[in-house]
Amino acid sequence: MEDDAPVIYGLEFQARALTAQTGETDAIRFLVGTQSLKFDNQIHIIDFDDENNIINKNVLLHQAGEIWHIAASPADKAVLSTCYNKTSDSRVVSCAAVWRMPSDWESGSHESPDDSAHNPQTLELLCHLDDSSHGNAACVLWEPMGDGKRVISLADNHALLWDLQESSTQATVSSTATLEGKGQLKFTSGKWSPHHNCSQLATANDTAIRGWDLRTMSQIYCIENAHGQLVRDLDFNPNRQYYLASCGDDCKVKFWDVRNVQEPVKTLEEHSHWVWSVRYNHSHDQLVLTASSDSRLILSNMVSISSEPFGHLVDDEELSEGEENHQEDKSKEPLKDSVVSTYEEHEDSVYAAEWSSADPWLFASLSYDGRLVINRVPRALKYRILL
Amino acid sequence: MGAHWLCCGNYFWPEFSMEVEADGSVALSEEPGRRRRVHGMLKLYYGLNEEGKAPDQPQSLDPCDINGPHFDPELYLNKLRRECSLAELMDHETCMVKQIRSLDSDMQTLVYENYNKFISATDTIRKMKNDFKKMEDEMDCLSANMAAITDFSACISGTLQDQHAQITKLSGVHTLLRKLQFLFELPARLNKCLELQAYAQAVSFHRRARCVLQQYSHLPSFKGIQDDCHAIMEKLAQKLRQKFRDGGTSAKDLSECVELLLQLDEPAEELCDKFLNHARSRLELDLQGLEAEIKPYPAAVKEAPARKLSSPASAGSPTDNSPKTSSLPSPTSNTDILEFIDRGCNEFVSSLCLVITSYQELFINHAQTGELASKNIPQMANGKLHSFVDDLTGRYFLLVERRIQEEKGVGDNSLLVRALDRFHRRLQAVAKLLPGSAVPNKGTEIVIRAATERVKQYLSALQSFYMDSLTDVRQALATPRLSVAGGGAHLGGPASGRDAPTSLPELLSSLSASILNQIKSVLASVHLFTAKDITFSNKPYFKGEFCSQGVRESLVVSFIKFVCQSSRQFCESAGDKGGSTPPALLLLLSRLCLDFETSTISYILTLTDEQFLVQHQSPVTQVTTLCSEAREAAQKLLNHYVKVQGLIISQMLRKSVETRDWVNTIEPRNVRAVMKRVVEDTTSIDVQVGLLYEEGVRKAHSSDSSKRTFSVYSSSRQQARYAASYTPSAPMDTNLLSNIHKLFSERIDIFSSVEFNKVSVMTGIIKISLKTFLECVRLRTFGRYGLQQIQVDCHYLQMYLWRFVSDENLVHFLLDEIVGSSAHRCLDPSPMEQSVIEVICERG
Repeated sequence: MEDDAPVIYGLEFQARALTAQTGETDAIRFLVGTQSLKFDNQIHIIDFDDENNIINKNVLLHQAGEIWHIAASPADKAVLSTCYNKTSDSRVVSCAAVWRMPSDWESGSHESPDDSAHNPQTLELLCHLDDSSHGNAACVLWEPMGDGKRVISLADNHALLWDLQESSTQATVSSTATLEGKGQLKFTSGKWSPHHNCSQLATANDTAIRGWDLRTMSQIYCIENAHGQLVRDLDFNPNRQYYLASCGDDCKVKFWDVRNVQEPVKTLEEHSHWVWSVRYNHSHDQLVLTASSDSRLILSNMVSISSEPFGHLVDDEELSEGEENHQEDKSKEPLKDSVVSTYEEHEDSVYAAEWSSADPWLFASLSYDGRLVINRVPRALKYRILL
Repeated sequence: MGAHWLCCGNYFWPEFSMEVEADGSVALSEEPGRRRRVHGMLKLYYGLNEEGKAPDQPQSLDPCDINGPHFDPELYLNKLRRECSLAELMDHETCMVKQIRSLDSDMQTLVYENYNKFISATDTIRKMKNDFKKMEDEMDCLSANMAAITDFSACISGTLQDQHAQITKLSGVHTLLRKLQFLFELPARLNKCLELQAYAQAVSFHRRARCVLQQYSHLPSFKGIQDDCHAIMEKLAQKLRQKFRDGGTSAKDLSECVELLLQLDEPAEELCDKFLNHARSRLELDLQGLEAEIKPYPAAVKEAPARKLSSPASAGSPTDNSPKTSSLPSPTSNTDILEFIDRGCNEFVSSLCLVITSYQELFINHAQTGELASKNIPQMANGKLHSFVDDLTGRYFLLVERRIQEEKGVGDNSLLVRALDRFHRRLQAVAKLLPGSAVPNKGTEIVIRAATERVKQYLSALQSFYMDSLTDVRQALATPRLSVAGGGAHLGGPASGRDAPTSLPELLSSLSASILNQIKSVLASVHLFTAKDITFSNKPYFKGEFCSQGVRESLVVSFIKFVCQSSRQFCESAGDKGGSTPPALLLLLSRLCLDFETSTISYILTLTDEQFLVQHQSPVTQVTTLCSEAREAAQKLLNHYVKVQGLIISQMLRKSVETRDWVNTIEPRNVRAVMKRVVEDTTSIDVQVGLLYEEGVRKAHSSDSSKRTFSVYSSSRQQARYAASYTPSAPMDTNLLSNIHKLFSERIDIFSSVEFNKVSVMTGIIKISLKTFLECVRLRTFGRYGLQQIQVDCHYLQMYLWRFVSDENLVHFLLDEIVGSSAHRCLDPSPMEQSVIEVICERG
């Protein structure tokens, strides 16, 4: 049961932004945005051929500036959003925009893969998500499993909910929420909750995590001092509506039940430097991926707080009976949370890690030096979860 | 020798002396010294014969010895003639003649004396012969007289024979009459006795008459008397019962009473019950007195049930207890435990013993010998006694336990130990009186419980002492810390930080000394429990389990574990802000734990084992496990210290990077103040750590000057990198170069465990700080002067930080990364001249 070796892909530029192509559920595809101040920035479309263990890449130009964040539309494969830095008149401004990939990028690459590097096609701008009064954009969030019509952008201390109209060529702010408080408050990251009819948003600023109700744009909970230092990233458990994972500069990954914000449910302290990204597996929420600037990627198996605390024993009918049953059962059997494995293929800080949207056992991670590594969940664990 | 025989003979047998005379003629020559020898010889003869012979024997064998028995004159003469000159012979001859002459005269005197004695002896014998003849006559006369007297006496007794018989008969009648009279007077006498309350007399009278009356009860007159007597005795018994019931009488009276009633054939069982009830009511009083001594409020609460308990027991007696209770001296809750136990012993236990003895005397010993009881009375009485004693002592024990539980203060253990000792000792008396009773065991259990409780209290006292001393240390740290932070002059040279935090080692030593002292004093206090003169110290519990489980495990080991645990808590509860626990305290505690590991723990445990002679029957915590626990705690604290200090510095760096507009900054003229601050703080941390931890090992490069290494670093390696990165045509080279570079450098764990030495600690702190710097730089965009400022800052850091770390390459590498990253993030990367950087740094 030898595990497949990781597949490594090197970018020419430094890079921080990575996302799976959410709308694509057949092919394993990741999007990477580069950071370069000198050259035209690119978006690399990485296709992974699972059968042959081969990577196919396509490059699109992103001439607007260096990419700090990238997100793919859940509805339209070709639509994506970026947050980028634009330098003008010795001022650096962060902007956000929605883009469409040219329709023939795929065919073009197949015909002449060598040419694509030299003559990359350019992204087609759909609309800017900019409002001059609202400062620098930190990230753009698509409505999970939505129709690709609603996005949220976080800019400084504002959360803006946009409606995209006319095939996304026009964006209007439908509502905003503003974080009030002392000092220069700034959202560092956020996550749109897939639960509650997609009516909730969680954001991180400094050491606090806040929950927002999008219908009223008001704060619903706040975890003060969630981390000892800056909170870097958040993710919602896809199956348990109140569970939330966070990571930060205190090298910790914490799991929260937002109904009780006093204490984390669990804390992991495996990394030896800041943790930049935390991601739940989309279907098996015991698998949690964390990326850190100690150049490591860690896959943990958090069985005890997953929606399947006993492994895959429960029948599908019983699953529908609801969460409460499971929680009661949970006390019956002590389960071991453990680190599944630590991936050390990176040699610089790993700023992003993502699960594939097509294959739940596959994930990609991106380090600052432009190295993208595609890894799989160890087979032994995979079969244990499945069988 | 010849002279000797001669002298001896003289005193007894003249004939023999004559015979020796012939022999002695030879000996005449040895006149000188003879007188003296006579007595010596006599002595030899009579007492010391044995001693004398031994030296004589060999001497006498010489034929030339003039005094020996084998003396041969011929040989002697020949010898003389051969050996001596004429003059000597002449001298010899005169000497010999002189000796012979003196022997001659002596012999004559002796013969004369013997003769005289012989004459006087003959005279005496003659005189005795005459006297005996006279005596014989007188004896004959005497025997004749005696015969006459015998005849006369026989005659007299013959005549008196008749009268004698008559007198005997008369005296018999007289006694019978006397008895009859006693019987007839009996009712009256008994009445009189009743009046005079001479009950014992009455009972003994009645007993004497009872059989006779019983025997002759068919005669009407006797029957009357018997009836009368019965009536009176009934009354008497009634009175006795009454008296018995009245509580007031003393124990002695009471026992007398019981004895009489028993003699009157009262049922023993009933008497036992009554006796015990009575005793109970008195013991209740003692118990209530004791209860009143315990703090008033629980006593008030418990009084109601207590009385309920006692009321059915004392129902038979008309005396009410309540007025007596109220008349007791008002409860003083402050009597110490020794007084309390004393009172319990003197009042309750001693009267209990009294009751037991008198009860046993009355019902058990008596019944065994006396004829009054059937066989099973002793057993019945014994059973009653046991349940009685168990019941009362049970309540007594409850009170004692309650009182012991009130002993919360741990100040003076000797008082408690003495009280327990007394308590235990007095119970031995009960045990002696009542073999087979559970009382002493229960008492021992109480003592054991009290001891364990006390050990627990000591543990919590130790713990609170430890926490208090930590608070003190914290306060002590709070004051000098200000001066450490603020007092550091430029670059925080060794002189600047030194005077303020010198108290750190002192604090450490005083803290550990006071902890050790406290442990020692607690051990000494606990040791009282096992002192030789304490009665319960030889119980198996106090010999074994108390020492190993009680003192060693639950006191000493628990305390050490507590210290480790609470230290670890500082790492967890303090949060990541590091605000709640001063870093110096973390450092201090980690050193404390390390000291614990190296010496203190084994010292304490050895001390305990020695003092308590712990025999490890049950498994005990090993020194090594404790040590590793302490080491773990020390490690954790030190790691946390590194983290906290690293975070403080990184916070400064982060703020300085984040808040500045790096694109539109002016050309650098100075090192930024924050870098100076970082170096200052690092220096003062270095001083602080150096106070408690050893230097540690550096890699070999440390002798290099900062300048030289930096110039190498900047001119060759870094310049090469710059050149590579900014050649627009070769973007791939950047990665290649940096990757190759990284291939040869080891992966750096930023928040990793540190070793117990200064260099390792400082390396950890600097690593954390620089990595933060790097990550922050990567999030910013720089203008030309922004990059140059970073260059200046990094050079400045390079100049001062290399000396703190174990491997200066680490600092090089991280600073290299920082400058490289900022160059990448630079819009207009034109690095500053190395010489200019150096000038700026030296000026700043």
